[in-house]
This record gives sequence, C-alpha cells and structure tokens, in this order.
Amino acid sequence: MTVELTTPDVDPVTAAIRVSVPERGFRQDLRAVRIVWHRELIRFRSDRLRLVTSLVQPVLFLFVLGTGLGALAGHGLPVGISFKTYVYPGVLAMSVLFTAIFSAGSIVWDREFGFLREMLVAPVSRSAIVIGKCLGGATVATFQGIVILALAGAAHVPYDPILFLTVIGELLLLSFTLTAFGVMMAGRIKQMQAFMALTQMLVMPLFFLSGALYPLNGLPTWLAVLTRFDPLTYIVSPMRNAVFSHLSVSPAAMSFLAPNVTWDGWQVPIGLSLGIVAIMGAALLGVAIAEFQKTE
Amino acid sequence: MTGPVIQVSDLVKRYGEIEAVRGINFDVTAGETFGFLGPNGAGKSTTIKILCTLANPTSGSARVAGYDVVKNRDTVRRNIGLVFQETTLDSYLSGEQNLRFHADLYGVPRQQLAPRLKQVLEMVNLWDRRESVVSTYSGGMKRRLEIARGLLHAPRVLFLDEPTVGLDPQTRSSIWTYINDLKQREDITIFLTTHYMDEAENCDRIAIIDNGKIVAIDTPAALKASVGKDRVQISTTDDQATIAELKDRLDLEAGVHDGLVTFNVASGEQFVPRLFATLTHSIRSVSVHRPTLDDVFMSYTGRTIRDSEATASDKNRSTIIAMGRGR
Repeated sequence: MTVELTTPDVDPVTAAIRVSVPERGFRQDLRAVRIVWHRELIRFRSDRLRLVTSLVQPVLFLFVLGTGLGALAGHGLPVGISFKTYVYPGVLAMSVLFTAIFSAGSIVWDREFGFLREMLVAPVSRSAIVIGKCLGGATVATFQGIVILALAGAAHVPYDPILFLTVIGELLLLSFTLTAFGVMMAGRIKQMQAFMALTQMLVMPLFFLSGALYPLNGLPTWLAVLTRFDPLTYIVSPMRNAVFSHLSVSPAAMSFLAPNVTWDGWQVPIGLSLGIVAIMGAALLGVAIAEFQKTE
Repeated sequence: MTGPVIQVSDLVKRYGEIEAVRGINFDVTAGETFGFLGPNGAGKSTTIKILCTLANPTSGSARVAGYDVVKNRDTVRRNIGLVFQETTLDSYLSGEQNLRFHADLYGVPRQQLAPRLKQVLEMVNLWDRRESVVSTYSGGMKRRLEIARGLLHAPRVLFLDEPTVGLDPQTRSSIWTYINDLKQREDITIFLTTHYMDEAENCDRIAIIDNGKIVAIDTPAALKASVGKDRVQISTTDDQATIAELKDRLDLEAGVHDGLVTFNVASGEQFVPRLFATLTHSIRSVSVHRPTLDDVFMSYTGRTIRDSEATASDKNRSTIIAMGRGR
C-alpha cells in the first residue's frame, strides 16, 4: 500500500503518461555508460559459478605451483623470501587477466543472443557503450583480484593498507587495458567459439611472458624482447616492487627480486611503466570504439 | 505535427549485385497501423531496417517522425520503438531490469520512469512477473516484454518486424490482442511487417511488396474489393436446373464445386436477396466468401505467397519459412 503513495498510481487505460525523452547530450551518454557498467556488475553478481571457476587457476598457480616449485626455485631467492611471495604479484595479474577478457567476451554472447542490437540502436554514442563495457569489465576483474588479495597472508605478504591501495590501483589499470583489448577482439569476432579459442591462445603467452614466474633479467635476447611487448610485464614489475618494498629486504635483494623493467639496459621508471599500460589501454579503447562505430 | 509520420520516396537499397528494394514510395499517417505484406526476401526487412536507421539507403530518402533517417539518425532513434524478429532481451536480467536498462539508454526522465514502467508492464500483463529472470519467460511473454520495452520511451512510431514469427497460434492471437489494445491506449503509429495473410487483416492499410517493389497499397477491404468478385455457394433442391436458371436470368456462369452450386459475383451479400427473388427452386443454404488477401496477393503477383516463399533459395529464409509454417 505504501508503494501506491510514493508512485502516483495511474490508470493505464485512461491516462497516458507523458514521457518526454530529452535531446542526446553528454549527460545522456554518461547515464548510458553507467547502466552498461551496472549491467556487468548485476550479471557478475548473479553468476557465482564464474566467480568460483575463475579463482581456480590463480589459486592453483599460487599454492600448487608456488609450493611445488618453491623447493627448487627457493635456492635462487634470498633467505627468508618464499617463492610464493615472488609469484604472488603474477598470480594477481593472472586473476584479472581471465576475468577481464571473458567479461569483454560477453559482447560476443550479446551479439549472438541479440542484446547487442538493443544497445547499438539506442540514441546514445557508441563510445558510451564501449566505455561502459570496459569499465564494467575492469570493475569485475579488479574485484576478482581483490579476492586473491585477501589471500595475501598465505603468500607471506603483509596486510598493509597502502600496499593494498597501490596494488588495487594497478590491477584496475591492468583490468581496463585487458578489457579494452578483449572488447576490441569481440568487435571483430562474431562467434563465441572463435573468441574462446583465440583468447585461450593469447592468455597463456601473455601470462608466461610477463615475468610473473621468473625474473626478466638475464634472459636470451629473443625471450627478453618478447617480454617487453607484453603489457602485463609493465604491471607485474610495479606490483612486485610494491609488494617487496613492504617487506624488509635489503636494497641488493630488492634490485634482484623486483627490478624495474629495462630496455636495453635502461631502467623504465615505475611511473612510465604504468603510463605505458594506460596508453595501451587508451589506444585499444580507441580501436574498439572505432570498430563499434562502423557496425550497423 | 500533422501530415505523414513516415515518408518514403524513391527508396533503393542495393547489396552488391542484388537490388533488395527497387524504388518504393509510400506515406504512413499518424495513428495508422500500417502493414508491409510480402514473402520472405521481398524487401520488407530491408525497408524496415532503413526506416529504423539500421541500414543506409543506396538512394532515395526516408523520413520518420519528421526527421531524415540518415541525417538525423539519433533523433529518429529517440522517436521510434523497435521489436525485432529475433529476441533482443538480456535473458540473465529480470523483466524490470531489462526495461530499466532501456530507460537509461533512451534517457527516460527518472521521475517519469516508475509510473511509465508500471503502465507498460501492466499493458502487456507482465507486472506480476517483472522480477523474474527473462530466461524463465515463455516465447510469448518475451515478445510481450519486448513490446513493452519498445513503448517505454513513448515513441511516435513502433516498428514490429514479424512480431509473431515462431509463436504458437494462441500466443500469436494474444500478441495481436495486445497490439490492438495498445492502439486504444497510446498515441502511436504502428509499422509492421508480416508474411501472414490473416495478420495483415489487422492493419488499417497494407502495402503488398514483391521483389523489392510495392505492387499495391490500400486498406485490406479496398484491396480485396479490387480483386473483384465474391464467391457464392448455394445448395438447392435441383442443382442442374438452378445452374441453367442462373445462366438464363442472371447471366452467371455457375458450376458445381464441393457439391455446391458455385459462382462469382461482385458484392455477394447484396446479391443474395436477388438470388431468392429470381430462383424458382428452393434454396437450402447460401454462403458468401469474401476474397482473402491470399486472392489479392495472387491477383497482383500471379502467385500465392507460399509459392513465392518456396522459390526463395536462401538457406536462412527457408529456415524462417519452416518456422513460420509450424503454426
């Protein structure tokens, strides 16, 4: 009954409710960004299975690979530093990697099931839809990263608020770039199977080339060059730097454990490293928007 | 604004070598229910796509709600509601969430949203199911939800592309009840495409389209009248004598079909009293059959709509026909 008081009860037969839709403008586009973003969250929340399944791989890498290889790799690490701590930033990056790309892949589903059309025929700019999608994927993926972040203690990483905020910020940046990459791919690929196959093919190399599992210095040239093209590299390094700077390690150990990315010997500052990821994200977003402008 | 709400002039759409729409012209008046009738592949969907700004014409122009579909794409989009052949709902969201999504994309003012949401959902009888996830809806419910969504932003024109394709007969007729109802409640023009003859009867005016051209355009009654004659069938005490009498006194060629004396006359209902006054043998029963839109299609194109669909070679098209025939 109280509902009747708050919303004017209108007899649908006699009274047509005057709905006047305003001209398209910036505020409309912003509202569109918000709802496309919000839909990602609603769908993620209702899909608990995805939440659980996408945790399996990072947990596997952290505990099984981290523990198993720990005995072997531990000899190369400074005393008191666990291999699990070393791979932890990489595992964080991995947890957002899968979620971000599959989140973008939902565009392919949306196309197959028709919902994409509902979005594309709306009187809003296509960039609003693509940006909303990228932000949605980034939020969902970062949330997934935060779940792994909760396991910090198991990797002997302290629960430090500054560290957490730094890492969350870096994960958000990475997630956005990866979602933009996924959306760009989804703009071209019309079938879910093809999308899955292609991402499967790309995701593991992205992870393995990022330095998530091993140091990037002293690699053979061909591998060193490849790692420098991987956007994950530029996020794993700053994250590892953040993690180890919150542990008591000597400067010498620090430069061994968490060196900056180097280009032919030149150390890339952390700011630039993050900037590269941001620029890649912006560029991929631009390509994705251009692709969706073309269709229909 | 008075005058036509849809204006189409010399519209042509070519896909490579294929000319899907070959220079069509028509106007739709505000408040009309206007139907595009034709076999699959006749150019209906292409035309509706152009009117909905989903495809650009090769040449010619189209205006919807007073705006050019190419130059004022966004304004046109704000003024139209769309219900496609295939569902475009997010089946993971609830009915209400789907509508709220739409409201945000179309910028329906927030203070108007709650009452409008209730209004459109009640109109299609889905208010009680608004919180259910769409994947639990039946085919008919989904279509109704799409109609409600198409109306949410109070468009001037509602486009329905084959609104009942793939639905069972009861659901089809219930969808039509909702569409006809909606005309009472909303100040709206409806433009629809169909290849079902019986559905075209619901329209105020019909354009018959074949091979990318409009071959006839008028009210269903006028179209049927243009075909001419009604078929009259009578059963009498002496059929042969009656046939002779019809020939002598009324100059009608009659024959026996299905065990009944059968002949064709213009406006059969007016003719029946004359029949009683003229014939000497007593009449047991009389039936008058109006020409159907099937007859109309036949007389304008020289074949039935089913014949034309049988020749459509496109694989997709035959799937749609197969679905349509499953009624």
